[in-house]
Amino acid sequence: MANKNGADRVDVRKTYKQYVGGEFVRSESGRAYRPDGMVNVPRGSRKDLRDAVRAARTAFAGWSGRTAMNRGQILYRAAEMLDARRAEFEELLGGGRKARAELDETVEVLVWYAGWTDKLAQVTGTVNPVSGPYFNFTIPEPTGIVGIVASDDPALAGLVRRLAPALCGGNVVVALAPEHRPLPALTLAEVLATSDFPSGVVNVLSGQRKELLPWLASHMDVNAIDVSGCTPDEVALVEAAAADNVKRVVKLPAGERSPHLVTAFMEMKTIWHPIGV
Amino acid sequence: MATALSLTHLGSLMRGVRSVDEVGANERAASLAKRSIKKSSKLWALDLSIRCMDLTTLEGSDTPGKVAALSAKAIRPKPGDSSIPSVAAICVYPARVADASERLQGSGVKVASVATAFPSGQSFTSIKVAEARDAVDAGADEVDMVIDRGAFLSGDYQKVYDEIVAIKEACGSAHLKVILETGELGTYDGVRRASILAMAAGADFIKTSTGKVQPAATLPVSLVMMEAIRDFMRETGRPVGFKAAGGIRTSKQAIAYLVVLYETLGAEWMTPDRFRLGASTLLNDVLMQIDKERSGVYQSPDYFTID
Repeated sequence: MANKNGADRVDVRKTYKQYVGGEFVRSESGRAYRPDGMVNVPRGSRKDLRDAVRAARTAFAGWSGRTAMNRGQILYRAAEMLDARRAEFEELLGGGRKARAELDETVEVLVWYAGWTDKLAQVTGTVNPVSGPYFNFTIPEPTGIVGIVASDDPALAGLVRRLAPALCGGNVVVALAPEHRPLPALTLAEVLATSDFPSGVVNVLSGQRKELLPWLASHMDVNAIDVSGCTPDEVALVEAAAADNVKRVVKLPAGERSPHLVTAFMEMKTIWHPIGV
Repeated sequence: MATALSLTHLGSLMRGVRSVDEVGANERAASLAKRSIKKSSKLWALDLSIRCMDLTTLEGSDTPGKVAALSAKAIRPKPGDSSIPSVAAICVYPARVADASERLQGSGVKVASVATAFPSGQSFTSIKVAEARDAVDAGADEVDMVIDRGAFLSGDYQKVYDEIVAIKEACGSAHLKVILETGELGTYDGVRRASILAMAAGADFIKTSTGKVQPAATLPVSLVMMEAIRDFMRETGRPVGFKAAGGIRTSKQAIAYLVVLYETLGAEWMTPDRFRLGASTLLNDVLMQIDKERSGVYQSPDYFTID
């Protein structure tokens, strides 16, 4: 009997996994849920989040220490890998013109931010005039672990619009896949895994937002959180919980594509350098 | 004194040491490590692991300043929070004992010094004895000696035994911890034999490893050593302490050791007089876990002192 791909064998059914520390894992809790009533998806717990943050922290020094050019190469490769799997993603996004447009945009976003890695400091950094014998300049530095709460619609582009700038600046990411449409995000993890990102630089968790978001927002080791996929109530919750370690809460418009979105995940550092020494 | 085992009996003592069921030990340690300790029990266990901790720095780059910083941390692990107890001791090289002892005076925190050509133990007996004596003279309350693994592995138990006896004597009133360096002993049978030998020679504590050799402390090896302590206690009536050291970095690991300790030696061993955890980075993880339990929020190492 032919299977759905027309081959004369039994279907190889796929088990979707979370992506934590470079590995594809089920939830430590053993739980799963069915966002679309068909496919089982891991229902991540706070301990999965804890593990993801730990993996991200370990990866941060290596990733932020890469040269800007190398980070650009890796982001570009992510675009290549994603483009090579168009057919699969088109199906996951529901097919049709809308799915193709979203996919095109996603690939484009990756390429666009890949180009920005080694131009960012020149464009967003400044040399400041000061009244003293000093060179004074301000440059952006990665802030650390960025939490991303992706929106359900668009399920793929929504995540990548935030993921790419966060990675572009040298940050590491713990992303919550859209609760109701997690499959594109979980499949994107497979793309990132083959794009030469070191283990732990990107972590993707799936599950119920109300279970994971409070832990992500209050985690003292998470340095910034993007709330593009949050409801106003969730944003209020995040802002209250983020106050304890003064997390950056990034609230730029969902469609934003600019170097300022990259620096929103970064810290501007000013250096005073004596002249003539 | 329980140490007065006649030397002519050493051969029969060693031959009488029963063999260890390796698969059984691994299995039992693995099953005990799975036990889940939560909420108030977890807080109690974390508090106990701090009270039983030997805060350690054993680097060639140790300076008096580093030791001073570590001593301050030993007395008050979390500045501004007096509910966190002091650690049991700080563990340093002999040359740093005086620095530590000056800082820790009157604090109740003990000074432990490694000695006897740590970590290899490959030197002359006279030098090892002199080193132990000098460490005690400099103010060490406890001496962590290493056994001569070269002699042990070649079957020269007499030499190992005599050295421990000599160093025990040189230590005087200071407590003697004997490091077996289990990672170099090869088998669990060897570990058990070395444990019995060290205890017969007068060790106050037996300790797994120096931390300089991989593998360092593991749970099954600790189980084997604790069982040796239990059997020695039954035979002679003398309680011997246990110290796990090397590679213990997380609260979870520390709690697993406490579980194995409780299940093997019982509640009487759950005190700093009979149980120690040798570690350098464990303390911060324990502090983070305590804060997590109290605040309900995952913590970041950014907010804890480095030394």
